[in-house]
Parts: sequence; C-alpha cells; structure tokens
Amino acid sequence: MNSSTNIIKDIVTQKKYKEKYHWTDYFSYFYLFLGVFLMFGPIIWLGLSSVKTNAGIQEYPPTILPLSQIQVEVDGYDKPLSLYNVTLDDGSQTQLAEIKRVGITSKMVDPNDAEKKYKIPIDKREKIREFSVQWGNYLDPLRKYNFLLYFKNSIFVTVIATIITLIINSMAAYALSIYEFRGKTVALVFVIGTLLIPLTIILVPVFYVIANFGMINSLWGVILPGAATPTGVFLLRQYMLTLPRELIEAARMDHASEWAIYWRIVLPLSIPAIAVLAIFSIMWRWNDFLWPLIVLSKSEVYTLQIALNAFHGELTSQWNYVLAMTMVTLLPIALIFAYLQKFITTGIASTGMK
Amino acid sequence: MIKYFFKAISVALITISLTLISAVSFAATDVRIMWYGDGDKENVPMQGQIDAFNAANPDINVILDIVPYDAIMNTLPIQLAAGEGPDIARVTDLGGLNKYYADITPHVANPQYYEDSFGPFLKWYRKAGDTSSIHGFHSTMTVTGPYVNKTLFEQAGVDLLGPGATWAEWADAANAVASKLDIPIPMAWDRSGHRVSGPAVSMGAKYFDANGDPKLVDDGLKAMTQMLYDWHQDGTMSKDLWGSVSGTKYHAPNDWWNAAEVVFMMSGSWQIGRFANEVGDDFDWWAVPAPCGPAACTGMPGGNALLAFTANDAVGKVMDYLSSKEQLGAFIGEVLAIPGHLDLPVDYQTDDPNAKHALETFAGAVPTIDQVAFDLQAHVDNRIMFNAIISRLGQAIVGEMSLEEAWVKMDEDVEKQLKEKYGG
Amino acid sequence: MKNIRSKIKNFFITIFKIPFGFLMHTIDIIMWPIQKIIGVRNMPYIFLLPNLIFFGLFVIIPLGVNVAFSITGGDELLFADREFSGSKHYNDLFNCESYLNPNTCKEDFFWRGVYNTIFFVIFQVGLMIFFSLLTAVILNKKIIGRGFFRSVFFFPVLLSPVVVGLIWQWILLKNGILNAVIEANGGDKFSFLTDPGWAMTSSIFVSIWAHMGFYTLIVLAGLQAIPPNLYEAAEMDGTSTERTFFRITLPLLMPNLLVVFILASIKGVQTFDEIYVLTGGGPGTSTSLIVQYIFTTGFASSGSVQNFGLAAAASMVLGIVLLCLTLIQLFLGRNKETKHQEI
Repeated sequence: MNSSTNIIKDIVTQKKYKEKYHWTDYFSYFYLFLGVFLMFGPIIWLGLSSVKTNAGIQEYPPTILPLSQIQVEVDGYDKPLSLYNVTLDDGSQTQLAEIKRVGITSKMVDPNDAEKKYKIPIDKREKIREFSVQWGNYLDPLRKYNFLLYFKNSIFVTVIATIITLIINSMAAYALSIYEFRGKTVALVFVIGTLLIPLTIILVPVFYVIANFGMINSLWGVILPGAATPTGVFLLRQYMLTLPRELIEAARMDHASEWAIYWRIVLPLSIPAIAVLAIFSIMWRWNDFLWPLIVLSKSEVYTLQIALNAFHGELTSQWNYVLAMTMVTLLPIALIFAYLQKFITTGIASTGMK
Repeated sequence: MIKYFFKAISVALITISLTLISAVSFAATDVRIMWYGDGDKENVPMQGQIDAFNAANPDINVILDIVPYDAIMNTLPIQLAAGEGPDIARVTDLGGLNKYYADITPHVANPQYYEDSFGPFLKWYRKAGDTSSIHGFHSTMTVTGPYVNKTLFEQAGVDLLGPGATWAEWADAANAVASKLDIPIPMAWDRSGHRVSGPAVSMGAKYFDANGDPKLVDDGLKAMTQMLYDWHQDGTMSKDLWGSVSGTKYHAPNDWWNAAEVVFMMSGSWQIGRFANEVGDDFDWWAVPAPCGPAACTGMPGGNALLAFTANDAVGKVMDYLSSKEQLGAFIGEVLAIPGHLDLPVDYQTDDPNAKHALETFAGAVPTIDQVAFDLQAHVDNRIMFNAIISRLGQAIVGEMSLEEAWVKMDEDVEKQLKEKYGG
Repeated sequence: MKNIRSKIKNFFITIFKIPFGFLMHTIDIIMWPIQKIIGVRNMPYIFLLPNLIFFGLFVIIPLGVNVAFSITGGDELLFADREFSGSKHYNDLFNCESYLNPNTCKEDFFWRGVYNTIFFVIFQVGLMIFFSLLTAVILNKKIIGRGFFRSVFFFPVLLSPVVVGLIWQWILLKNGILNAVIEANGGDKFSFLTDPGWAMTSSIFVSIWAHMGFYTLIVLAGLQAIPPNLYEAAEMDGTSTERTFFRITLPLLMPNLLVVFILASIKGVQTFDEIYVLTGGGPGTSTSLIVQYIFTTGFASSGSVQNFGLAAAASMVLGIVLLCLTLIQLFLGRNKETKHQEI
C-alpha cells in the first residue's frame, strides 16, 4: 500500500517537473491495459460462459451475460412451458407459451388463459429470456461424474509428488553443495545429463518401466517418474552454495549427525529456494497432462486434467460441463497466485529458473 | 489461546488429509468393465443393471469404469499390450483387439444361446480360422446412414427424396435447402473411415483383392473420395468440421447439427438416443435410407460389443446376465438402439416420432446392407484401412497433397502397417 | 488485514512443521547408525542415492529401453514378442526422395511434424523475445501499479496447457466470441482453428500468450540489474530515449535475451499439450508437431498398429536435437559466466 502511494507521488511530482509526457508513456499505458484485457479477458469470458445453459453456450452470436428462457406454468399442462414473444397476424405483439412445435408451425397457448390457443409460424416467435446463473454446470459434474474424486486425486498427486521432489532434490543438492567427495563431478554431469531428456522423449520406455512395476492405473505411476527433477537439484544447489560453512562446522563440533545438519540447519536456511521449487512443482503436477493421459485409464484414478479432457473428448463435447470444470481446475492455481503473486514474480526473477 | 486453536485445527486437518490419502488406495475387485457410453442416456441404464447384478450376486463385485471413447480407442490397446486392462470392455474395434480376447465358452451357462442370438457377429471377434470361441456379445448393432433436418426442408419447400436417390441428388437437395434458408452447412459427415466406407461400397469399392487380402484403393473408393473432396471444395461440406482435428481422430458434427446449422448429416443409428435427448423439440430430424451409388445403396454395419479379456466363472456369469433377453432388451429399449440380437423384441421407451421413425428406418436398412460392407466389417484389419482413408483424405481436403497423392499414400499406409504387424 | 495474513501464514507453517519434524526425526534414527558405520566422508553418497535411483529408473534405464524399442519391430510392448529389426525404423524415418517435400517421404507425418515444429519454433521464439522484451521494458518504467501489471502478465504461465487450449478454442471457434465481435463490426467470420494458415497463427499466438510472462520476468531481472548511473549519465549527455535503449539497454540485456532464446527454443520444440487440445493438430496435419507424431504413432493410434519402435526412433532423433540445443545453452552459459568474471 505504502509503496504504491509512493509510486503515485513519484509519478505526479516527476511529471509536474517534466511537464510533458513522452509518446512512450502513452504507448506504455495503452499496452498495459491491452495486456490486462488479453490476459484476464479470456478467463472472465470463460467464467461468464461457464454459468450459461448448454443452449446458451451454443448460441451464436453469444450473449455476454448468462441468460435462459423463461418457463411458465400453465393450467392443464404437466410440464412448465417456454415463453415467447410472438408477432400475431395483425401485427400485434403478445406473449405466448409453446405447447408443441410441429414442423414449421408452433402450437401456442396464452399463459393467462389456457383456453386461447394459437398456431404460429416459428419465425414469428422469439424467446423471452432472463438473467439466470446455472450453478448446475458446477454441481452436476461434482455429483454425477465424480469430479470431487478427481479433485482429490489431483491433490494427492500434487502434494505427494511435491513432497518427494523437495526431499530427494534437496538431499541431492545438499550432497552436491556441502561436501567434497570422489565422483562429485560425475554425479553433477549425471544430473546435467538428465536435464537433456524430458519425459516426452522417453514416453514409451518409461511406460514400459512403469508397466513392469505394475504401476499402470495407479497414482504412483504418475507421481514417481517426474519426482527427481534436475532443475530442482540445480536451483537448490546454487542456493546452498551460498550458505556459510561455519554454521555447518559448528554443528559438527556439537556432534550433530549429518542428517540433523541437513534438516535442522541447511533446509531452514534454504527456504526461499525451496519455496520457489515447491511452487513450480505444484504447478507442474497440478497441470500435468500427457503422462497421466497414458498411465491412467480407470476412472477412479483420473486426475482433473484427464477428466476434463474426457469430457471434452466425448463423442460430442458437453461444453457447459467442460467450461465449468475448467474453472474448477484453474481455481486453486488462481488462489495460490492471488496470495503469493508478489513472491512468485520476484522469487522467479531472482532465481531465474523453470 | 489462538495459537492452540490453530494447532488443534492443524492436527485435525492432517488427520483428515491422511484419511483422504488412505482412501485413495482401493479395494480389490472381481470384474471390471471398461465402458464408454453416449452420455447418460447409455451410462445410467447400464449402471442400473450392474447395480442390480451386484445386489443379486454378493460374491461378485462388478465395477463399471465409464471412460471416454478415446480411452477405448487408444488407452485400452496399450494397457492390454502391457498385460493390464479390464476383464470386460465395450469395444468398437472388434477385430483389431482379437489377440487379447478370452474364450468364455466353458464359463457361460449356455453357449448355444450365444450362437443362436449373436451368430453372425461372433465371427467378427474371432481370430482367423477360429470358428467356435465365444468372446462376448453385441451390446448394440449399428448401421451407418444419413439424417436430414426435416424442418429445414419444410421451411425451404424442398421435398425429401425417396429410397433410391443418389448421393449427388441428396447433395443437390441439401444445397437447395441451405441456399434458400442461408444455412451455413448443407452437408456434414462424421469424420471417420468407417462412415465413409458405406458410401464407398455404394460407389463400387471392393476393399479386398481376389484372395481376400486388403486392397484399399480402387475405382469405387476413388469415386467416393473424389466426391467428398469436391464437396469440400464447392462448399457442400464445410472444412471447419473435419479441419478441427487431424490424423485418424474421430469428429462428429453434433454441435452444428443440434444448432440446426446442418441440413444433411451422415452418421449412424447410435445417434438416435442422443438426438432424442439433445435436439428434443427444436426441429424434426428424420432418418433417410442410405443414398445410392452405381453399385449399391448401403450403409456400414457395425456396433459395439462387450468382450471378455479374462475367462473365469464370474466373467461368464456377468456376460450371461447382461446378454440375457431380459436385460439386453431393457437396455436397448432405453437407449433407443438397434439390437444385435437375432431374436429380441424390443419395447422402445420413447414417444418421440422422430426417434421411432429413425429406429424403423435403420432396422429396415439392415437387410439392404451390401455383402462387401459385411465382409469389411468382419475383417480383422479394417481399422487400418479406415484410418488410412480418413487421415489421407483429410490431408487432401485441406490441400496438403493432391487426391492422386492421397490415394497412393492410402495404399502405402495399409501396406506399411500390415508389414509392421505381421512382419516380413 | 495484516494480522490475519500472518496468522494464516503461521497456521500453514504449523501444519507443515509437525509432520515434517516427525518424519525427519524418524529418518535420523536410521541415518545415525549408517553414519557411524560408513563415516562422515561417505555420507554424501547416501544423500545422493534417492535422487540417483529415480534418475536411474526413470531416465537412464528408459533411455536404454528406448534404444531397444527403436531397433525392434512389431506391435507388442513386451520384448519377448518383439522382433529385431535393426536400423529399419531409422531408415524409414529418413527415407525421403526429397527432404523438402514431405509427401515424398515414407514417414511423411514425421517430416510434416518436423517442418511444422521448425516453423512454429522460429516464429514463436522470435515473437516471444520481442514481446517479452517490450513488456519487460514497459514494466521497468516508473508506472502506476507496476506490481499488479507484472503479475497480470505472469498469470497465464500458471495455467495448465489443457486449460489454455480449451479457453482459446472456446474463444476462437467458428461460432466463438471473437468471430461474433468481428461480425458485429461488419467483418466476415474467420476459421481461426480450421484454416491451415490461421490454425498455425492461432497456435503460435496462444503459445506466446501462455508462456510470455515467464520470459518477461527473466528479461525484467536483467533490466533491473543494469546500473542506473549509466542511464543518468546518458540523460546528462542529452541522449534520446531511443538511442539510450539501443546503445545501453539492449547490449547489456543480451545475456538474458540469450537465456530466453535458448529456453524458449528447447520448450518450443517440446510443445504438445496446448496445441493438441486447441487444434488437435489439424486441419490436415498443419499444426501437428513432432511430439504429437511420437504420441500418435506410439500411443493414440485409434486402432492402427501401435508402432512403438518407430515412435522410439523418432524420439531418439528429437532427443539428439534437444541435446544440441542444450549444448549450445551450456556453451553460451559458460561464455556468459567468464565474461561476468572479467567484468
């Protein structure tokens, strides 16, 4: 808060002094607001669309706000009927409810007087709509299609994988930064080597390995292959190299075990780097798609991304559910972002990793 | 105080998350069915039957894994190759997976029932030379064929064509309707090699040489692919439909059809339940007989079968139950499909005149299916041919190669794949 | 507000601390005797072990298996059922009458994937550098709400490729909002996803949209490292803004731009998910990238023969390309480091 008022003050005073805006200033603000529109616009449009009826989603040209047709109860009819604005033969306008459409004419009834019936050509009627939010798009998948379970699976994968990644990567980084030992260079080269081989290159053989472990259709088959990230080892090692050695020597004097030095001294000091890795690991795992797509085929082990693709890949897309579940999928990430945005942007800039 | 409060909450949260985590490990199961359904219309009745079975048979626990169609096409074969996979799956690539099917003859109550009820289809599942194994049964029979948006025809004042009309005549009619009413897409086809094959046979395609070995490109196939190619160039068909995917990927024009932006749609009988559900009262949709070519007026037969990958008594019992006249009849009646059972009276649960008419039309189309189409459907490697047609035709339509090049590539693809599969 | 925040923070720290401490104490019970037996000098091996086991299992062994796949044929996954085929798959991949015309190649889908990927990477990386530089320069100015704008541009980086693909497909569809806006303004509908040229353009745009924020941060870090007194000196000399940019900013930014260049090209070559969801690789094969070729050949074959061998061979080729790119990165990185030391 404080800093932004300072910025404002700076700008005001500076501009007063300079008195003139350079053309780049105008351009900058134009660019930035265009950026806001481009980056957030799609998400907002997605959010608005996700609470429309399926018919509303398919409509072209689309309406900005979620609308749905008004239904009315008419005496003598079991189901509620849809309400239309109708232009009668004499040119007058009235509101009628549709009983049934036959071919290109529509049998309609006056909602206030169930005895008055009309036959109207269908191009003379127009749907009457009102603002209505379809929360069902969110609730149905959660109820009917087990999205809660997929959500749980995604959380399980993300949490466990991140924990494993952090622990084994920090252990390796600790060994590679604090100690001098035979084969250190070899180990380092080994780690660099793995940097060259992304999972996409060795899909088939990793699948083969996983199959031999019997981990197909198991969340562990998703978690384990990506757990040892070379980027993670590198990032943590670079950070640990900067830690003061005296602390470690002092601890050794006190007969602390090497393991205790690692988790009581080095880990707490490396929190900033570990946090950046944690955020990235969460992001990678939560968003992981290709690998789970191959490993998981039993619906009970689907992660959110796979379930989302399943909805999309059905014989026809159930767009209302797809859009709503897309929102659900990006919600946790958006929350993390909102809470940690400052930390993420500065943290990544300072460590320069991906 | 607050500190303790937070501590208490955190302990509670850890306990909850630990139980959540342990809940993810699953109980052992007896019979797993990998199932794709055309939405709730098929999934709900199936789940109902499975629940009833589980209740009546406490010693068997059947689990229905509802997966997308993509998983049946792509993930299932890989998992089977890795020695994993379900006990039973609902499969459409009937011949392609036959090396994984299990013979359940000793485990079913009455093998003769399968022979009598599903006789002609059983050989679609069998390996070459095998004449006796029972691997499963047809859950629904399908026939490919076109639908028209009858309401649009009425609005435009164009008459529907009768049986015996040719593809060219239908294309003209669809174009006439579209231009009169300003409808963006006169004609839309499923993007699928199987769908294209019915018309191809009508145009005279034979698919096999004299020895019965695959020989894809001939004059008939050329005529049909040329026709589709031309329609994409002159706007009868929209490039936006087939262009939205690549390779062998399936794409159905339902979104456009439901929005009444398509006059004529080439698909098949499995759409009936879906249309009854989704189109509802928006317009009248009408199934019409398969249009004619010089050689025939045929659609492709097809269907999906529940096939066993494990042979044991539990699987046999599940198969017996699901294939019984009572259960299968109830299922077919609810999903509005054509039975793949030779002697099954079905009481269709609909009062939609469109659906009733469509069911009659497609059931009536079964006897008119050409023998070539049946042989093609029964062939083990038909998918390889279907895939070659659709991926190469797709490329030709967007201009990546000429149609002549596409024909050459189609034959090469089939040859290459068969070589990889059988060696040599 | 601040109070609540710190409480939430403490709350999360407590959550993590309790099980973490418990776990670490438990491990210590095992580690202590190990240390006694093998001695402190050998402890680093113990620390390295878990990571190396994972690397071994999921990188090194699979690499060997990959080679084995690529030289055997058939549609079986288990080696007992596969036949040795030597270099057949590699020969097939490189069997072209003319490399410039994919139609003449035996594996024309592979070469289409290669050319599409090259085209995609050139434009994606070029535009990525341009836009991340532009954005970073603007974000580095004294503007109101800098922190806010900075996170705005970073936001899409956090989205999953599937979500990115879905959102943009939803916008760019023939009957999508963008076409509605164009039509409302009197234009004609575009086939953003189903016309070969447009589909590639859309893919490049979406991919830049999704990843630009990350590279912007790297450039921004470089901008902030430029000593301000250089600018002050330039201002004192009356140098124009444009001249300052080209004479001071750009040259000093080169190392960062190089990092962006290398990282973006390595990532670009591996692009798959978002384009697969967005266009499915179509129309025809006009947005099928090389990873999609590997995926469909080995896995998503829709009933055709699953050619694990060919997929493995193609991924070996891709692996070699990536190796070259990474070696360039290491080489340039080393150059950069030595230069820094000189300064």
